[in-house]
Amino acid sequence: MFVITCPYCGERDLTEFAYGGEAHIARPHWREDMSDAEWADFLFMRANPKGVLAERWMHAAGCRRFFNMLRNTATDDILAVYRIGETPPKVEARLPATPSGEAPLGSGNDAVKVIQPGEGG
Amino acid sequence: MAKQPYRVAKRGLIQRSRVIRFTFDGRSYPGHPGDTLASALLANGHHMLARSFKYHRPRGILAAGSEDPVGLVTIGAEATRRDPNTRAAEQELYEGLVANAQNCWPSLATDFGAVNDAFARFMPAGFYYKTFKGPPGTWTGIFEPIIRAAAGMGRAPEPGDPDRYEAVNRHCDVLVVGGGPAGLMAALAAGRSGARVIFCEETARLGGSALARDPEGLRFDGTPPAQWVADTEKELAAMEEVTVLPRTCAFGYYANNFVGLWEKVSDHLPEEKRLRHLPRQRLWRVRARQVVLATGALERPLVFHENDRPGIMLSGAVRTFLHRYGVMAGKRPAVFTNNDSGWVAAFDLARAGAEIAAIVDIRREMAPEHLAEAARLGIPIHASSTLVGTEGRRRIRQIEVRPLREDGTVGEGGSKIACDLLAVSGGWAPNVALFSQSRGKLRWDADIAAFKPGLSWQRERSAGAANGTFALPDVLAEGARAGVEAAAAAGFASGDVAVPEVEGVEPGQGRIEVMAELPSHLPAHRRRAFIDLQDDVTAKDLRLAVQEGYSAVEHAKRYTTTGMGTDQGKVVNLNAFAFLAAERCEEPVRIGTTTFRQPYKPVTIAALAGQHIGPHFAPRRMTPMHAWHRRHGAVFEPVGDWLRPRAYLRADEQDGEDFYAAVQREARTARTACGVLDASTLGKIDVKGPDAREFLGRVYTNAWSKLAPGMCRYGLMLGEDGMVMDDGVTACLADDHFHMTTTTGGAARVLAKLEDYLQTEWPELKVFLTSVTEEWAVASICGPKSPALLAELLDDFDPDPERFKFMAWRNATMSGIPVRVFRISFTGEISYEINIPATYGRWMWRTVLEKGGKYGITPYGTEAMHLLRAEKGFIIVGQDTDGTVTPHDLRMDWIVKKNGDFIGKRSLSRSDTARPDRRQLVGILTEDPELVLEEGAHILQRRNEPEPPVPMLGHVTSSYYSPNLGRSIALALVESGGRRIGERLFATKGGLPTVPVRVTETDFLTLKAKGQLPQPPREALHG
Repeated sequence: MFVITCPYCGERDLTEFAYGGEAHIARPHWREDMSDAEWADFLFMRANPKGVLAERWMHAAGCRRFFNMLRNTATDDILAVYRIGETPPKVEARLPATPSGEAPLGSGNDAVKVIQPGEGG
Repeated sequence: MAKQPYRVAKRGLIQRSRVIRFTFDGRSYPGHPGDTLASALLANGHHMLARSFKYHRPRGILAAGSEDPVGLVTIGAEATRRDPNTRAAEQELYEGLVANAQNCWPSLATDFGAVNDAFARFMPAGFYYKTFKGPPGTWTGIFEPIIRAAAGMGRAPEPGDPDRYEAVNRHCDVLVVGGGPAGLMAALAAGRSGARVIFCEETARLGGSALARDPEGLRFDGTPPAQWVADTEKELAAMEEVTVLPRTCAFGYYANNFVGLWEKVSDHLPEEKRLRHLPRQRLWRVRARQVVLATGALERPLVFHENDRPGIMLSGAVRTFLHRYGVMAGKRPAVFTNNDSGWVAAFDLARAGAEIAAIVDIRREMAPEHLAEAARLGIPIHASSTLVGTEGRRRIRQIEVRPLREDGTVGEGGSKIACDLLAVSGGWAPNVALFSQSRGKLRWDADIAAFKPGLSWQRERSAGAANGTFALPDVLAEGARAGVEAAAAAGFASGDVAVPEVEGVEPGQGRIEVMAELPSHLPAHRRRAFIDLQDDVTAKDLRLAVQEGYSAVEHAKRYTTTGMGTDQGKVVNLNAFAFLAAERCEEPVRIGTTTFRQPYKPVTIAALAGQHIGPHFAPRRMTPMHAWHRRHGAVFEPVGDWLRPRAYLRADEQDGEDFYAAVQREARTARTACGVLDASTLGKIDVKGPDAREFLGRVYTNAWSKLAPGMCRYGLMLGEDGMVMDDGVTACLADDHFHMTTTTGGAARVLAKLEDYLQTEWPELKVFLTSVTEEWAVASICGPKSPALLAELLDDFDPDPERFKFMAWRNATMSGIPVRVFRISFTGEISYEINIPATYGRWMWRTVLEKGGKYGITPYGTEAMHLLRAEKGFIIVGQDTDGTVTPHDLRMDWIVKKNGDFIGKRSLSRSDTARPDRRQLVGILTEDPELVLEEGAHILQRRNEPEPPVPMLGHVTSSYYSPNLGRSIALALVESGGRRIGERLFATKGGLPTVPVRVTETDFLTLKAKGQLPQPPREALHG
């Protein structure tokens, strides 16, 4: 459960919003010679990173406007919120990227809980 | 005054002047307001109150708060209000309280389940995994029912909880968890800054450890502890922005400083005194800018042979019962410790009048001042000694002490000492559960042999004992600092908060000597040294787990069930980790901990559900006509969020009418005379703007450029993947103004999708979308008598289908009320949809039925509607389509325009969607006309297919008995269906032999009109 700052309405609870998938994926204009691969790239391919992702949200139970968000998918840290059509702002991801400073893939759950000798922090 | 043999004069914060009576296991006892069930039972000399989970061994009270793993009872006399597995140490006493022992039969004293104990050596770690295996079916068929019957602790309450619960949402600047000295200072400091503060304390009163110490000599700025707590509470209560919540446990720390609090509002009151306007329990969903965790520390027990008897209690709990509740848990206590806490407890008890049987300390060197004090009080000291056994069934009565050798083994000699209480102390560990839930990282502190908060991940800080700070002046200072810092971080500046000067500071736990399992002269297989006292996990079990390869903490936990009880191992886990570390010859920091999960302690489902029960569980939308439907025998079904009548069962027929008969009657009447459907639930979107027409052309598969005002058109909407997503009729109101309808369940999805495209893909289009679903009430009237009825209903209206053509719409009035009438049909029958402003919906509906009476009108529900449209071969999105079906699969190529883009167009020519052998929608007629196929039945090529995997040609999507065709009909998605018209295939029917069927076109009405309904072959009829 987190709080999202709608660029039009301000801070609101997560439950008021609907997720809209990855942002900045433009729908290609119709062309007779568009290849299956080209269309599939638009239709199916998503980055799905563990880390910072630009994604779309809609304030469904509010102004019903779509906007963009930079979110760290590993921690749910919201790094920036900006309007449709705007370029994503430069953000400095918080370090460590996750509470445990774990590997970029996988949960690395073992390392999460306890600071090991010689480890910073 | 009633006799309470273990009550101490003049100590404790109970209200001595009043005696209240309660019942435990059928016997009545006296107690005082301010007692817990545990303190009152102890005051009456009652230690044994439970049986353990597995071996049914007698259990007493180990701890004085929510961390107690063993003192579990069932509260409440009524089956619907029963509260199982309640810690006696947490339950506040009230007049007439009824508590019962659990997990024992026939009684607490004589429990047949205790035979398990005799067979303990045959039930090692992993017993279930090793024993209960066998061929498939034996687990669910044989073992599981037996184990389920034997397992479990208390019994859950019966359904029908009469109490009310509520959940509330709150935002605050600073949330302070824990009402001890650190929490009090933090709340005070944050409160004085003006920040919004929520301050919660799990027990009935603030004070925490300040109330669990000997008040003699202890002063805060010259004030006795209880007075200082009361003064502080008073100041907090006077602050407008501070909410103090006693009896409230912070049970879960979630992402983004979202913390769940569980307040027991009324559980401490007798039934008749509970206020009717208050809930029994309340869930607080708190979003805090900053959190201060002042959750204190928990004391660990020691692991030795026979350490689980009633009367063996943590030293801190003994002190809490003495100072907070005025109860001496034993008159001749012995103390067993590995640190100084046990000594302080012994001195407290001695000063309160107890005769200390012995202090047994495993350490070789002790603080000289403690030795001097013990000598002064005449307490026998057994240094460098350990306990190797205990005696006493319902209560401890003797301990056996033996000297410890330098090499850590047990020496010869020793003695048996009589006692009626054993206070144990294995040292204090910060209560880091919430910190760890917040994803903070723990740091190992070798000085206290425990984990404490290390790296914070969320906006939170720990203070006091929860942070590994134990000395009272430091605790107060740290609490104040945490409060100031948290308020500052939330944007509230505050000056320095004066920390009270403390007199009479008691010594801390000093040096702690950890021995994971205390040595014994007994052979390992005879030792019963319990690590988890609720789940009956012994040191031997954990050792076996390590030997069998389950040596990682998370594996060992699951293999032995240690820490998996209702207490989640609050006080016993650290001993388990220490034991694993010792067995593996590794540092405890390398072993780590198991995961601290929410909830911190069991929370009732009722509190979590709050108000969202019964009709509020999932609120339903209802049309303006709903009350009429209810009064007229409607059977409802949920469609999306709506409740729609499925059929109207007539009560006036003999014995009433069943559902099937009602549907048949409605469908027959609607096609032969007149029927009316409440179609108000259909999604309605007002589309307006200069680019509205262009927009429709992009979101539907067909062309919209030539649709004239006054006319309607049916449209299919696809996803970008080319699959059918929704359908509906859109009317052109004006050149730049359209009235779009969607399916009932798809309305919200469609609106969101259209807004998405308008806002993000085509922001240049000038179009406004407005949801008008609830602005219009709709009666869909169909049947041959419907034109006559329309003429009567509407003012000066000519409904003649020759002049008011199919797919046209008109403005009209009904008794002067403006309406829109659409000549559209979902049944294939002549049909009109009257749209009226929703406030007139019920009036319109009543009027339609009144005036339709002479035409034999019937209201019909969604089931008859489904049947009628299937007779015509119309699809229902979501029934005949499932997200993998294109317009071509529906054989609706006519609706896909050749020129221009639309959503999903490119996907229709992908290699997969263009395959010629895709499943296509066809009609299916059984050779036996009376046989109705099951929806979902598979379509096969041959009557007897070979062994699996059987090649499936497709499946039935809709199936009915049609009263108007006098036979069964079905729609199915069948591989290359369009090329199979006329073929004979077979459909599955449960486990029965397959059924021969004929593939047809989907419009059965037209087939009948053309005389093309296949006649059943003779053999199907006669054999």
